[in-house]
This record gives sequence, structure tokens and C-alpha cells, in this order.
Amino acid sequence: MVVENDKTMAIRTSDDVVRVRQAVRARAVEAGFGIVDQTKLVTAASEIARNTVDYGGGGTLRLEIVREGSRRGVQLTFCDNGPGIADIQTAMTDGYTTGGGLGLGLSGAKRLSNEFSIESAPGEGTTVTLARWKL
Amino acid sequence: MSEIPILKIGDCLLVSIQVDMHDRLAMELQDDLTSRIVSERARGVMIDISALEIVDSFIGRMLNNIAAMSRVLDAVTVVVGMRPAVAITLVELGLSLTGVRTALNVDKGLALIRRAIDDPRSALGRRER
Repeated sequence: MVVENDKTMAIRTSDDVVRVRQAVRARAVEAGFGIVDQTKLVTAASEIARNTVDYGGGGTLRLEIVREGSRRGVQLTFCDNGPGIADIQTAMTDGYTTGGGLGLGLSGAKRLSNEFSIESAPGEGTTVTLARWKL
Repeated sequence: MSEIPILKIGDCLLVSIQVDMHDRLAMELQDDLTSRIVSERARGVMIDISALEIVDSFIGRMLNNIAAMSRVLDAVTVVVGMRPAVAITLVELGLSLTGVRTALNVDKGLALIRRAIDDPRSALGRRER
């Protein structure tokens, strides 16, 4: 997988979540995504960026345009040094929340992505990587 | 007061969201609208989201909350102008917006509110045709 055009940005406040949405949109356009794919990727990014602020205590996002053979995509890596997730499987369940939200953030973002992975352990922060390919 | 203006048209309140919603702004709008429903004795609330490029679970929850609060205050809420890509994404995200009535545009939204106020039983459907 070839990576081009990577960029890292900080996510600390809800204003940063808006900036993440704008940056992800720009990358999706650059990768040639249509409007529906752009919207899905930006929505997934918005969910995870909010988790980074609300649960992770802030963190970073790395945006990359990735190429594999002839297909192009956008890969997003969200990293925080927060308390981490003890039970990832439960956290991925629709409707499960510890924060009073709808509990759709992780599960919904996964449905909106072509590739999705979480690495996390209590006390060791959380890294969420997601990617969407241009169809 | 939030930065999003709330306009009064007859007994309806109209909100057109023209900015990228950060979470605090969404909460402010929810609070402002609830107070204005009471102070203006509004019977209908129309929220135009045609300028919104995404609706994520936080904004979706705000729309749900506004609809629920206005229902308790005897007002009807209609969300109008959702972009097709936003609708597709919302469904895949898993957000069904149960309890939020929708219409394609402001005209149809006003007609739906009018009908719901005049005859609550006739406007039980969620979508203005």
C-alpha cells in the first residue's frame, strides 16, 4: 500500500471536530470520492473525532491518501492517550454508551467505512484506524 | 443565545442551519428553541438542514431532542431539506430519527405543520408528499 500526502492534526475541542470534518472532506475530494462516499467518510470521522475529544481527552488524527494497485482511498488514524477501552466488543455494540450519547459512534463509523480497526487497552489509550476506498 | 437565528412566521418558528454545527452550538440551539417555543407560544417548529453537509449522531440526537421537547410543549417539529447523501449516510449510521417528521422543502414542511395543527389526526404520517 502506497501512502501519499499524509498530514497530522490535533483534536482537542469540539471546534477541532469541525476542522477534522473539513480536512477529511478535502482529502475525500482529492481522492476523487463522489458525494455519497465523501459524506459517509466525513460522518465516520466526525463520530470518531468526537470520541477522541469526549473519551480520549484529545489526541491526533493522521490523514492519508492511500493507493493499492489502481484503487485510491483515504485512511484516517485517530490516536489518543486516554483511559482506553476495556471491552472493545461491548463498546462496538449499537446503542452501548458510557457517555449519554446514542451509542452509535463506533458501530456506525464502522458501518460507514470499508476498513475499520481499534487497538486499545485500559490505561494505554485508543487508536482507531479506518479507511474508505473510491468505488 | 446561539449564533443561529430563529425566525417567527405566524405561530411557527423557522430555523435555517447555515453553519457547520459544532457540538456546543447544537446544544445552544436546542435550549434556545425550547425557550422560544414557550415565549412565542409557537405551535410549529421548522428546521431547515439543506445547508448541512453531514448529520452525525450528535446532530441527529439534537434533532430528536428538539422534536421530543416541542411535542411536550404542544408544538410540531418538521425537519426539511435533508440532502440525499445525508439521508443515505444517516440510515447506514443506524440513526432512524424516529419521532422526527420530515418534508422535502420549506413549502411542504409548512403545509405539514398547518395540517398537524388544524387536525392532529390527519398528519400522523411522517412524510409530507
